[in-house]
Amino acid sequence: MALLEIENLSVEFPTQGGIMRAVDDVSLKLDVGEVLGVVGESGSGKSVTMLALMGLIPFPGRVKAKKLSFNGRDLLTMSDRERRKLTGKDVAMIFQEPTTSLNPCFTVGFQLTETLRLHEGMDRKAARRRAIELLEQVGIPSAESRLTAYPHQLSGGMNQRVMIAMAIACNPKLLIADEPTTALDVTIQAQILDLLMTLQKERNMALVMITHNMGVVAETAKRVMVMYAGQIMEERSAADLFASPQHPYTAALLAALPERSEGSRLATIPGVVPGLYDRPRGCLFSPRCAYATEHSRNVRPELRPWAGGHVRCHYPLGDPNRNANMNADHPLGTEAAS
Amino acid sequence: MLRFILTRVSLVIPTFIGITLLAFFLIRLVPGDPIETMAGERGIDAARHEQLKKDFGLDKPLIIQYGYYIERVLHGDLGKSIVTRESVLSEFQTLFPATVELAVCAILFALFLGIPAGILAAVRRNSIFDHGVMGISLTGYSMPIFWWGLILILVVSVQLGWTPVSGRIDVLYYIEPVTGFLLIDSFFSEDEGAFMSALGHLILPTIVLGTQPLATIARMTRSAMLEVLGEDYIRTAKAKGLSRFRVIGLHALRNALIPVVTVIGLQVGVLFTGAILTETIFSWPGIGKWLIEAIFRRDYPVLQGGLLLVGVIVMSVNLIVDLTYGLINPRIRHNR
Repeated sequence: MALLEIENLSVEFPTQGGIMRAVDDVSLKLDVGEVLGVVGESGSGKSVTMLALMGLIPFPGRVKAKKLSFNGRDLLTMSDRERRKLTGKDVAMIFQEPTTSLNPCFTVGFQLTETLRLHEGMDRKAARRRAIELLEQVGIPSAESRLTAYPHQLSGGMNQRVMIAMAIACNPKLLIADEPTTALDVTIQAQILDLLMTLQKERNMALVMITHNMGVVAETAKRVMVMYAGQIMEERSAADLFASPQHPYTAALLAALPERSEGSRLATIPGVVPGLYDRPRGCLFSPRCAYATEHSRNVRPELRPWAGGHVRCHYPLGDPNRNANMNADHPLGTEAAS
Repeated sequence: MLRFILTRVSLVIPTFIGITLLAFFLIRLVPGDPIETMAGERGIDAARHEQLKKDFGLDKPLIIQYGYYIERVLHGDLGKSIVTRESVLSEFQTLFPATVELAVCAILFALFLGIPAGILAAVRRNSIFDHGVMGISLTGYSMPIFWWGLILILVVSVQLGWTPVSGRIDVLYYIEPVTGFLLIDSFFSEDEGAFMSALGHLILPTIVLGTQPLATIARMTRSAMLEVLGEDYIRTAKAKGLSRFRVIGLHALRNALIPVVTVIGLQVGVLFTGAILTETIFSWPGIGKWLIEAIFRRDYPVLQGGLLLVGVIVMSVNLIVDLTYGLINPRIRHNR
């Protein structure tokens, strides 16, 4: 049985200009101890998907799903109270900005023991002992004296370690890391990633690594999900994805990596992620796709099983009949690419 | 922290000098003098007038008078009232508890209604409750105190007969001043109805004096809360699985109260200003009424002394508020 099962999840925000669909029909399965990388540009819906799972979509956002189950329990029919017992305990999350994610008015010790006392029912003393252990586990030196420190007295990297300690406090089965290293120095980034991966292996906990950094994915994830404008574009094992991307968007993302660049200029993807008003009728990526056709501009592709994973494209790159199919559908590629 | 306290305290000195200057010269700009007002409509002859002026030391140039005044103040002597011949300080001491009692009730009224109203308005933003609270508080803030007081007296006291019209307690009771706070003194007195009477007399003045602080605090709490609720650490608190009550009442409120506490400190000045009108309307025997009467009588020593004392109190309270700021905001505590 899968640890996490999401089927047809959509998240919508009513705005003055109409309904904004931040997450569109996302389905996802995650096994115990699995590491999944979720990549995409800003605004591709990767964070919102995970916030929906945590039940943290702010009002007036609406979450719809056919199925949302964790560890065999249905999150959709669960009462808020029941769900709060799960969040922070079995599913935990760390965020992009460690310094602003910790409450400036409370000590590290208070914020850490709070979780332990709530979910584990520990008394003050036991929680304190456990908090020191946790801080040591996440590599904070002189852990005991840090308990009385306030977040503003610690560096960003230290704060992220505190956030991680808080997240793993109750031995979660799933940890969601939402761009955990984006706000940190490069050297600290590597340390934090190492720490996360070590903890993941030690505890055999499932880890969802949200990032827009393909390098981070390559170092951590076994399986990768590429999101664009709220939809899953491609989903497959990390090795396959890096070796032979099937979706033109994935290929473009990989081509934009500095270490893969050919020549002196870095490859870019022209245009921006579609917003509320310019959402295409057909494939959401078609306005920026070098291989778009009349057909892909008008008909939205379905996410279909492909080459050991899934892809949402009329003309996956590994398709032997690709050229024939594209030519039959009136290619627009040259003008889109220019 | 010590440096912070010293900086703040040293700022008190120029403010202190400023208050003495204002209090001394402003009242002297007003036409007429204490002898004229004491003589009343009939007036007195010019020679007697000059003689009395000389007796009170009012014949000397203003700057010399100011010099004498400052010298006495520095010796702790605020002078005697020209009208009652009582020492200004002792008059102040008798009347001050009444004002403090009223002001404390008013600020408590404002806090106990304003903070919860502000929190609820922020949590249910754009709801009917939010619009209602903000509408009412804008009205409350803009309403002239004297008008609001008169309307309340007309409706609640005169038409409905629920509360007494004025004073601190029914004339039937005599309460020996022990603390000077009538609510406390009457509570421990033998007379059983005295406490209820004192309480009844407090209700309307409290509402009238507390309305503006209430409006300010409610609006301030709402906006501070709205800002805090959008912060990342609130999302973290929710992600921990904490109850809604704990997220709002502890994690958000603790941060939202920081700006609110400053505003509460500033309200102390507002309370004294408001007390002048409120005490006049309700014949409340406090500092406000005393100062107003001193203006009418051109009682220079009372005005100078009274304003100085009020100024010092307002400054001290603000200083204390600034110092407690560090208690609730750890970022300030560690920076100093």
